[in-house]
Amino acid sequence: MRKQTIYNLLFLFLTITISAQQTPASKQTADYSIEGATAHLGNGEFIENSLIMFSNGKITFVGSALVKIARIGTVINASGKHVYPGFIIANSSLGLGEIDAVRATLDANEIGGMIPHVQSLIAYNAESKVVESVRPNGVLIGQITPRGGVISGTSSIVQFDAWNWEDAAIKVNDGIHLNWPQNFSEGRPWRGEEAGTKPNKEYLKEVEKIVSFIQNGKNYLNTSKSPKNLPYDALEGLFNGSKNLYVHASGVKEITDAINFSKEMGIPKLVIVNGNDAYKIADLLVENNIPVIIQRSHRLPNNEDDDYDLPYKTAKLLAEKGVVVAIGMEGNMERMNSRNLPFYAGTCAAFGLSKEDALKLITSNASKILGIDAFTGTLEVGKDATLFISEGDALDMRTNKLTDAFIQGRKISLETHQTELWQRYDKKYSSQE
Amino acid sequence: MKKILLLLLFLSTLGINAQEYFPANTGVKTTETTTYAFTNAKIYVTPTQVIEKGTLLIKDDKVVDVGTAVAIPKNAQIIDLKGKSIYPSFIDLYANFGIEIPKAVQTNMRNSSTAPQYDASREGYYWNDHIRPETDPISLFQFDKKQAKELLNAGFGVVNTHFQDGIIRGNGLLVALNPNATDAYRILDSRSAQYLSFKKSTKSRQIYPNSLMGSMALIRQVYNDASWYSKGLAKNKDLSLEAINKNKNLVQIFEAGGKQNNLRADKIGDEYGIQYVILGGGDEYENIEAIKTTNATYIIPVNFRKAYDVSEPYLADKIALGDMRKWNQEPANLKLLHQNKIAFSLTTNQLKSISDFNKNLQKAFEYGFDKTAALEALTTVPATILGKYNEIGSLRKGSYANFLITSGALFDKETTLFENWVQGSKNVVNSMNIKEISGDYALSLNGKNYDLSITGKSPKLKVEVKDGDTKLKSKLFYADNWLSLMVNSQVDSTKFNRLIARVYPNSDNLSGTATDEKGMESAWNAVKKNDAKEKEKKAEIAKTTILPITYPNIAFGFTEKPKQETILFKNVTVWTGENDGILKNTDVLITGGKISKIGANISAKEAKIIDGTGKHLTAGIIDEHSHIATVAVNESGQNSTAEVSLEDVVDADDIQIYRSLAGGVTTVQILHGSANPIGGQAALVKLKWGETADNLLYKNNDKFIKFALGENVKQANWGNTETVRFPQTRMGVEEVYVDYFQRAKEYDIIKKSGKPFRKDTEMEILGQILNKERFISCHSYVQSEINMLMKVADKFNFTVNTFTHILEGYKVADKMKEHGAGASTFSDWWAFKYEVKDAIPYNASIMHKAGVTVAINSDDAEMNRRLNQEAAKTIKYGGLTEEEAWKLVTINPAKLLHIDNRVGSVKVGKDADVVLWNNNPLSIYAKAEKTLVEGVVYFDTERDLQLRAQVKDERNSLINMMLIEKNNGNDVQAPTKKTPVHFHCDTVLEF
Repeated sequence: MRKQTIYNLLFLFLTITISAQQTPASKQTADYSIEGATAHLGNGEFIENSLIMFSNGKITFVGSALVKIARIGTVINASGKHVYPGFIIANSSLGLGEIDAVRATLDANEIGGMIPHVQSLIAYNAESKVVESVRPNGVLIGQITPRGGVISGTSSIVQFDAWNWEDAAIKVNDGIHLNWPQNFSEGRPWRGEEAGTKPNKEYLKEVEKIVSFIQNGKNYLNTSKSPKNLPYDALEGLFNGSKNLYVHASGVKEITDAINFSKEMGIPKLVIVNGNDAYKIADLLVENNIPVIIQRSHRLPNNEDDDYDLPYKTAKLLAEKGVVVAIGMEGNMERMNSRNLPFYAGTCAAFGLSKEDALKLITSNASKILGIDAFTGTLEVGKDATLFISEGDALDMRTNKLTDAFIQGRKISLETHQTELWQRYDKKYSSQE
Repeated sequence: MKKILLLLLFLSTLGINAQEYFPANTGVKTTETTTYAFTNAKIYVTPTQVIEKGTLLIKDDKVVDVGTAVAIPKNAQIIDLKGKSIYPSFIDLYANFGIEIPKAVQTNMRNSSTAPQYDASREGYYWNDHIRPETDPISLFQFDKKQAKELLNAGFGVVNTHFQDGIIRGNGLLVALNPNATDAYRILDSRSAQYLSFKKSTKSRQIYPNSLMGSMALIRQVYNDASWYSKGLAKNKDLSLEAINKNKNLVQIFEAGGKQNNLRADKIGDEYGIQYVILGGGDEYENIEAIKTTNATYIIPVNFRKAYDVSEPYLADKIALGDMRKWNQEPANLKLLHQNKIAFSLTTNQLKSISDFNKNLQKAFEYGFDKTAALEALTTVPATILGKYNEIGSLRKGSYANFLITSGALFDKETTLFENWVQGSKNVVNSMNIKEISGDYALSLNGKNYDLSITGKSPKLKVEVKDGDTKLKSKLFYADNWLSLMVNSQVDSTKFNRLIARVYPNSDNLSGTATDEKGMESAWNAVKKNDAKEKEKKAEIAKTTILPITYPNIAFGFTEKPKQETILFKNVTVWTGENDGILKNTDVLITGGKISKIGANISAKEAKIIDGTGKHLTAGIIDEHSHIATVAVNESGQNSTAEVSLEDVVDADDIQIYRSLAGGVTTVQILHGSANPIGGQAALVKLKWGETADNLLYKNNDKFIKFALGENVKQANWGNTETVRFPQTRMGVEEVYVDYFQRAKEYDIIKKSGKPFRKDTEMEILGQILNKERFISCHSYVQSEINMLMKVADKFNFTVNTFTHILEGYKVADKMKEHGAGASTFSDWWAFKYEVKDAIPYNASIMHKAGVTVAINSDDAEMNRRLNQEAAKTIKYGGLTEEEAWKLVTINPAKLLHIDNRVGSVKVGKDADVVLWNNNPLSIYAKAEKTLVEGVVYFDTERDLQLRAQVKDERNSLINMMLIEKNNGNDVQAPTKKTPVHFHCDTVLEF
């Protein structure tokens, strides 16, 4: 009888919240101590039987639980569990689209070829159900990136528990995204071209266009800036190092050209995105201190002759040469698949990287590349308390089960539209029994 | 007009130039007959019947006599061919000579500005515009003198031409390439064959069929309908079916165009008792055994690709090994066909230029193709195919006088083709009476001596004039036995001499008049010192090595197909998938392709022992919903396409097969897509890498068909013009089912009653569902439609076997359980369409707990190879145990596919489709180390490393060969990469 009442109450609660978003947690006021877990710091190290404490949104202690120090606030006993810094997803369009097939919900592709002034942040939907769905897997921070065109626009970095895009932003306008022309072009049979891939005869011409756009922008910025030119104004950060230039390119020739281009243009911070063949010129990347945001490891090899596991081991091939690597999410069904980010890293661990090194791909490396490492990306004193506790290895789907998650010390909800539906129907069938 | 001429052809037995009963208004009427005797020639009456020093006697257009003791009539013109040879001229059975191939119109069905066309445009003909057997090309034919000349120069005398448009194309036209007569004479047969293909007509936008399997189904239905029509059972008139029946006894020539399509065409033929003559693709060598079993006669193109330009390594990286190999191997096709005793003729089809024909043929000879076989393939074989052995293709008495006069052995590189006679009428290719002048000469001009050297064969001669060691600029032109030579002074380029001479056959020396830059004339002469030195052929740096064919013939193919082994796995953790659960430290013995023992301390002397310590052995993964290993996925030309079958289009050469094996997958169901409520029949295959498509298919298994609901079938995301096909709503979807099942029921009743009926494959297939002989796997998302289909099934008294995708299955799991339907779902996909906004990753576990048989499927080549991980997600989402999770990709899909008595668990007596993992198979860190299908190790990580090394080595050696080819000045082509198409449910392609 009493049980039934609880069910009824629960049901009532669920029906009320069923279509609402999770309410963002309020600013951290109570302190937390997490004790006994294996802490994966994100920098390649881990501490067994650890103690992590945080207060006012910042981490105040990271060390062994054996250290004699007063625990602060609520103590969470996490022995047997694992603590991780919040996972960071690079090159993502989360919040810029809700349902892939419904055009009205899509905001990732603006028209126009060279639109650096277009900013993803203002279209970022902090209340997206898809965004909400990635949190229970430990993905707490993302680089929200526009798509399409040649220069697609400017990205920003957000945390995933916010009322609106202003609250969400943790780094505004971190960089500009440039889709580098391809040395190879795809035949478009519907335009009477032969199917298949052929050398792109327009490649140089297309590169020239970019060069002249950037050069003109630079000239504009070096002079009176009059009359005002919005696209050129947006380029400013590229030349003073306050913005990254993210060049989305895959082939050896394209990447090499992009590196030379950025040198010639005086762009100090270049990041290669996608970079399928980047491992072939890892030395050049290391020499020039250029990191790579690779594609998801769960994809097919690009060429028939490739090793079946090439996508699985790309991270290792780059990392072993010393390239800083993170994982991005460009491509098919990228938004809804974002919650699988931990497993992409896990696969990289299955194919060559150590587990702690694989973890770096979605924590410290990502924060370094995106320029947010001063305050997030690892479990270190003074950084944001953006972290979570998982019952087991969070890179493995069997054991990636979050019990608690915090963003800037705020304890966030791990419920979603999906968990609510689950509970609702679970109840329906258990009450039928 | 043409028709009248044609009529004449049958009536006329006259000589070429006289049209007996035609009035003459431009002069007096004359009757002329011509007789020629070609004497002292080596005559190839047929490729194998050769007469030395024989005489060929022709009168008008026919051979009158041939032999060594031919009586030459007095009125005969005698042509002495001492030292020369006569061959029957060539026949090409697959030409478009004189009939333009219509240009393909825009057929892209999506994003076009006009609504798609579902119905036929014509009235009084077949319901499908792409069936055009009534096409009579005579009305389109226009003798093309320019092309005739090219063909004549290549040695052809007769071609069989047709209108290359549509699936059933109507009759062929056998044409003699005689530019000196009218159509009244040169059209030898106006109904020489009937042509077919898989390709749609460009004359209509009617969508159906838009897949290869659709074309195949359509051809079958045409045959069914033609047979029904011939019994007079139709109420309407159908000119197409009448034409089919009329053309029935003609030779049926099928443009298949490649090794796999050859087999597909032959399969249709076998089903209807027709042996097609098949136009191949030149890649038959890759599966020659299967090609041989067709027993068909082939028409084979001689089109060899150029080497790829591999000078830029980044571009070269994109070319697949399989494509590079083709360049190396293709020229061996003819040799291998001949070696395997496959009958074939040759065609110029697919050649960009007819002049490439002989060039490519030479390459085939270098690869060992037999020259007599080549001649047969160009003469007697095509003549026999057409049943015209006595008229063309040989020089026996009574044959058409179609023959070649050559300087020597026909396919010898040095041989010149002089004349190509067609219907007793001469066509000069190279003048017979030109004296060859190549050689070294002592030239004296204006009192000075020079060395003159002429090399090559006319008309392509090269010249060099030297004054001592100094080379002088010079140019030579030689034609009609007149030579003109221009020699420049080395010092002053404005000083030159023009030398001219008439060359006489009886003298080797040259002499004539020279004119200098001032116009002063003088005599010159050149005394021949010796014949042109047989230039030492440039030692071919890279003697072409023909690389071995692998199975399949792409990267990671096997040079030798792996064999069934007896294997003993020792001390391994076995995931039985049965009541025994997970057994640690256990041995498993594989013999004869079956699991023969499971237990402790098993020993087997002959077995290969694999230490499984620390490893896991499981049943192979089964994917209930896949689109790998197929060349087509959707036939979307109609709202029901039950007649099409994925079994027709299995692609055994898909690299995904290998990649999936590397992910521990051993069985996949290749489903039709979800473009229509009633889709096509499914194909159930085992991933036997290197086997033919036919050997991949399960035998004696229950058959399945794909149905689909929701946004795809109502074309919700297909663009604004796709609003004309019923249904456009979920309400309509139901009515489609009720309508079709009702009709299938009525059809079944008539069929069983024994009354005459029109055989309709679609109805037969739907009838199988009603009779519980075929089972449905239905693409489904939202609860309303899931519920609806179960109600329709209840009404017609059958059970929906499987709901596939079934993302809202969790909302109606109780109803599914009651109905008896199974579920095959994605682990965590959602938000890609509006109808999956409520899809949740807990779906599998909720349905499982409700008692539904649940599988996790992929619908995606990428996910297919990691289904172990997808199963593991149900542990995270919904808390299934590891054993339960593992069953979702093994025994449960086996149950849904009715193959759980053969595969899906590790159980004694089941097929040895097993996987050895380095780790718990559900772990993200698990890698398949060995994947076996029926006791054959198809994937092995160690062998994979060897194959990688082989791929690398072979690429390098081919790249090297191609660089040499380019360096030697040969034409090369730009690098190209096949764009892989990764099919999903909603992939719709125009093929």
